[in-house]
Amino acid sequence: MSLLELEDVTAAYGHAQVLHGISFSLPENGATGLLGANGAGKTTTLRAISGMVRTTGRILFEGRDISGLGPDRTAHLGIAHVPEGRGTIGQLSVRDNLLVGAYQRRDRKQIATDVDYVLDLFPNLQQRVKSNAAALSGGEQQMLAVARAFMAKPRVILLDEASLGLAPSTARRVYDAIVRLRHEAQVSMVVVEQNANLAFSVVDDATVLETGRVALSGSRDELMGMDAVRRAYLGG
Amino acid sequence: MSYFIQVVVDGLSNGAIYAAIALAIVLVFRATGLVNFAQGGMAVAATFVAFALTRAGVPVLLALIAAVVFGFVLGGVLERVVMRHFEGGDPDTAVVATIALLVLLTGLSALFFGYEPHPFPSLFPNRTIGFLGAFVSLRSIGTIAVLLVIMAALQLLFRYTKLGLAMRAVADNPQSSALSGLPVSRLLMIGWGLAAALGAIAGVLVAPQLFISPGMLDFVLVYALAAAILGGLDSPVGAVVAAAFIGVVENLAGAYLDFIGDDLKIAVPFVAVIVILIVRPQGLFGRKVTVRV
Repeated sequence: MSLLELEDVTAAYGHAQVLHGISFSLPENGATGLLGANGAGKTTTLRAISGMVRTTGRILFEGRDISGLGPDRTAHLGIAHVPEGRGTIGQLSVRDNLLVGAYQRRDRKQIATDVDYVLDLFPNLQQRVKSNAAALSGGEQQMLAVARAFMAKPRVILLDEASLGLAPSTARRVYDAIVRLRHEAQVSMVVVEQNANLAFSVVDDATVLETGRVALSGSRDELMGMDAVRRAYLGG
Repeated sequence: MSYFIQVVVDGLSNGAIYAAIALAIVLVFRATGLVNFAQGGMAVAATFVAFALTRAGVPVLLALIAAVVFGFVLGGVLERVVMRHFEGGDPDTAVVATIALLVLLTGLSALFFGYEPHPFPSLFPNRTIGFLGAFVSLRSIGTIAVLLVIMAALQLLFRYTKLGLAMRAVADNPQSSALSGLPVSRLLMIGWGLAAALGAIAGVLVAPQLFISPGMLDFVLVYALAAAILGGLDSPVGAVVAAAFIGVVENLAGAYLDFIGDDLKIAVPFVAVIVILIVRPQGLFGRKVTVRV
């Protein structure tokens, strides 16, 4: 059974329909990518899953239709969404941001262990533990956003353009940590990226969106072998 | 010398009144990210509940507890029924909505109880004690003591509890908080409820001195806002220190500067507030807000 499955999902902001029937599925312990140009509907697809936009169609999580549930409810079920633009809580310290991530958990000791784990995963954050999130660099904020999502002990992390606005070497470091997280913590992921090279370092398969529709989908190796995909997303 | 001490002591007891409301403003600011003008209206409405009960023969302490419960429910209901429609929109619109609530609540209080001031029984014995040659009322001492306890409790709530952390997160970034599973609407409701409950305590503390009327807190609200801003808006300790400062400066200026006297003294603390804020825009105890693009 798939962990997460979208069936013919549409979404609109007011009268502007952005998704015209998206379907894809994410297996247990899998990682799938959503690729596509600006405005293709990648971010909206993630927002649809976590209940931030109105949708039609079915969104099944662990076999249960979760469409219509708000973001705090989907978070409860085990869906952690790292939004575009990072979405850290600016006036809270790095440590407090991590604790907010763990808000729904009761296992105090394990929370402390997990804080140590993410600080080990992102050594930059270790040095800034008491700083306000707003005072961090862009790369550090992105690391904090990923770390906060992990602190919820989710079944799946929705990752929206984690490389946006980062220097290539910083983006690489963020993705290296994400790869580590995927394998060490056994958390599934839906990865939205414009930079397909980064996305393909994490995911097993991917779906390419074009103006709110699925243009093609396939395994990582299939997609990387296609000329059209290479030209559009892999720089040659 | 004893005159000086008397003036300072009187200033402190006025400051305690401003501090009571200023604390409620700080609480709601930290819990919702808004400056809530309805604060005064909620406090007055809850105090009138206590007033009606004491008039019916209920002891003041019980009436206070009832007013606190009423305030909590009132704050929660107003958030749920009115303010929720403005959440996620422009904060300016929400602030205007709180002003509308202030007018509405004041009007409703007047509808039931009229506009004339009524005497209100004090929680504390109506006596004074001597202190370095000055007279201090037990009421002022009691008010200050209660305020210090509330101040400490708020500081603990925000700094060391999970609820406090969640309220700070929601006030700062509701969307990201929701994505982390925080029940944003419920937390905002609790924030409003707590602020109104605190307003009820403040109202019952100050009503004996001011006499209860729908407009009882109008001028206090101005001082309290000044104190909250001077203190840094997010700092309970700052609000209390700033309120005491405003009360004392105002009284000293009125007593010692002939050309100011009783009429102009209200202006003095505000001039001081402006000067201080030019030098320290984040307020005395406020944390500097960092914004990075």
